[in-house]
Amino acid sequence: MHVLQEGTGELVGWHSPDEARRWVLENKSRELKDKTMSAKEAVSRFVHDGDFIASGGFGQIRISMAIIYEIIRQQKRNLTLAGKTATHDCDMLIGSGCVNRVEVAYAFGHELRGLSPASRRMAESGRCKVIAETSNAGYQWRFLAAMMGLPFIPSRNLLGSDTGRHSSCKVVTDPFTGQPINLIPAAYPDMACIHVHRCDIYGNAQIDGILVEDIELSRCARRLIITTEEIVEHDLFRREPQNTSIPFFVVDAVVEVPYGSHPGEMPGLYWFDEDHIAEWLRISRTQEGTDEYFQKYVFGADSFEAYLELCGGIEKMNYLKRRAFYREPMKSVSYK
Amino acid sequence: MAIEGKYNLREMLACNGSRMLEDRKSVFVGTGLPMIASMLAQKTHAPNLLIAFEAGSLGPVMRELPISVGDSRTFHRAIGASSMHDVMSLSQAGYIDYGFLGAAQMDVHGNINTTVIGDYSSPTVRLPGSGGANDVGSFSQKLIIIIANQSRRTFVTEIDFLTTPGYLDGPGSREKAGLARGTGPYRVITQLGVYGFDEETKRLKLITLHPGATLEDIKENSGFEIIIPDKVETSYVPTEEDLRLLRQEIDPIGMVLGK
Repeated sequence: MHVLQEGTGELVGWHSPDEARRWVLENKSRELKDKTMSAKEAVSRFVHDGDFIASGGFGQIRISMAIIYEIIRQQKRNLTLAGKTATHDCDMLIGSGCVNRVEVAYAFGHELRGLSPASRRMAESGRCKVIAETSNAGYQWRFLAAMMGLPFIPSRNLLGSDTGRHSSCKVVTDPFTGQPINLIPAAYPDMACIHVHRCDIYGNAQIDGILVEDIELSRCARRLIITTEEIVEHDLFRREPQNTSIPFFVVDAVVEVPYGSHPGEMPGLYWFDEDHIAEWLRISRTQEGTDEYFQKYVFGADSFEAYLELCGGIEKMNYLKRRAFYREPMKSVSYK
Repeated sequence: MAIEGKYNLREMLACNGSRMLEDRKSVFVGTGLPMIASMLAQKTHAPNLLIAFEAGSLGPVMRELPISVGDSRTFHRAIGASSMHDVMSLSQAGYIDYGFLGAAQMDVHGNINTTVIGDYSSPTVRLPGSGGANDVGSFSQKLIIIIANQSRRTFVTEIDFLTTPGYLDGPGSREKAGLARGTGPYRVITQLGVYGFDEETKRLKLITLHPGATLEDIKENSGFEIIIPDKVETSYVPTEEDLRLLRQEIDPIGMVLGK
């Protein structure tokens, strides 16, 4: 195939299909075994300085906050983040200094709430380096190629743009149509953390609502930590196998964390904690404020329960549950 | 029923965006004003507008304004809650009629920037990047772009970064790059007017002026020359019913429209 253009972005997390297969053969057990453990143990075993990591869900929806806080608590360093639809998760990890390299589909922003001051400051001052650009479809198809055990997947996005030119993709002449086509390289994160509605002790998991790109991410990550709102009996999966989103043999750790997406949303269970997100966006306008936030909510809380107490406890959680079902009105908060 | 002077600019943008969305067509919706415009369209002239969101929602009828294109408000009364792979694949395969995006900068051919302001390697402002924008701009049959603050800083001869493809260098260049045939920017809405693209040159062309805006305003607030046709009509003006829906049902706290 004739190569028309090579993106200048760094190719992160790519392995040849045979190398990827060998890793699976040597490291992913097919044994049905109890994988429950604490967030502390999961992070110390499966996250290493310098790793390439990815966060499941959608940046601020169904995110694995217990793992993100634990990465910050254990002060992991020089991590590279898959900036796929990344918002609150990314802002925490970059703002805390754990992640200093990011491949960007979407980062440094909080959608309707505006830009994210902490991670933006790190990027604009050069303390967090953007190693490549891509798009949301571009990222999830990196995971799709890896999940399929392929070196790349062809696509018709990213063509003709600086996003493509700064990506790790290559444009070639398609041997079938004779037209230019984009090739998206596979990505295998060293670790992914995904928060789910329910799973069993082996890691079989169900997700309610949209799956975003977690089918692909769960199957391509070399190590996968599942956090779950609740651990349920194994028999549930045998009774309704059509509802299994993630099968146990791709999972390395299971951590039970009720309200584990807070302050993000958990579809069908609880809504965003807008007060808390607004507090973070306001306080993180300065480095001092950012440090203060982490001191209070991460280093100052030795468990997720203690953290939830600091955020308003059961009264706040009940409000967020009512809000999820439209039983509380929209509330105006200031993000600046 | 028009009530000039009784609406703000964002309400004007939302209403004009809404009018472009035809009933029984599909739209791929980005964060902010595109969400508002699509909700308004469903509540007025386009009850069967098929809405899609990149994170996996298909065909919702939203009850409350989402904060994110991936939150659960996006799949309220939807016909499908699937995945990004599903929605992006359907888009690439041609099922999306309209793409609907905001942008920070645009050039004469509708190429848009949401990545950096300034030099790429040491940016003045680092913006979020493409997100789904490059995909929407590549795959949608007709792309609608909203730029709330048209000026010489946002309508520029050269954008700092080409995040999402418009007509690239002009006629034929999308196809030459390998993008889907017949796709590209369709309308641009700003605080001053509504624009389209000239058939032959694929350059920005004025269609309607908002009440109160003049041709002088259009020229003064653009770094490039805009084609002005002989006949320019007035843009759609929000009705009392539009404003009631926007203020009471769609965005009662002014999260987007109050900005």
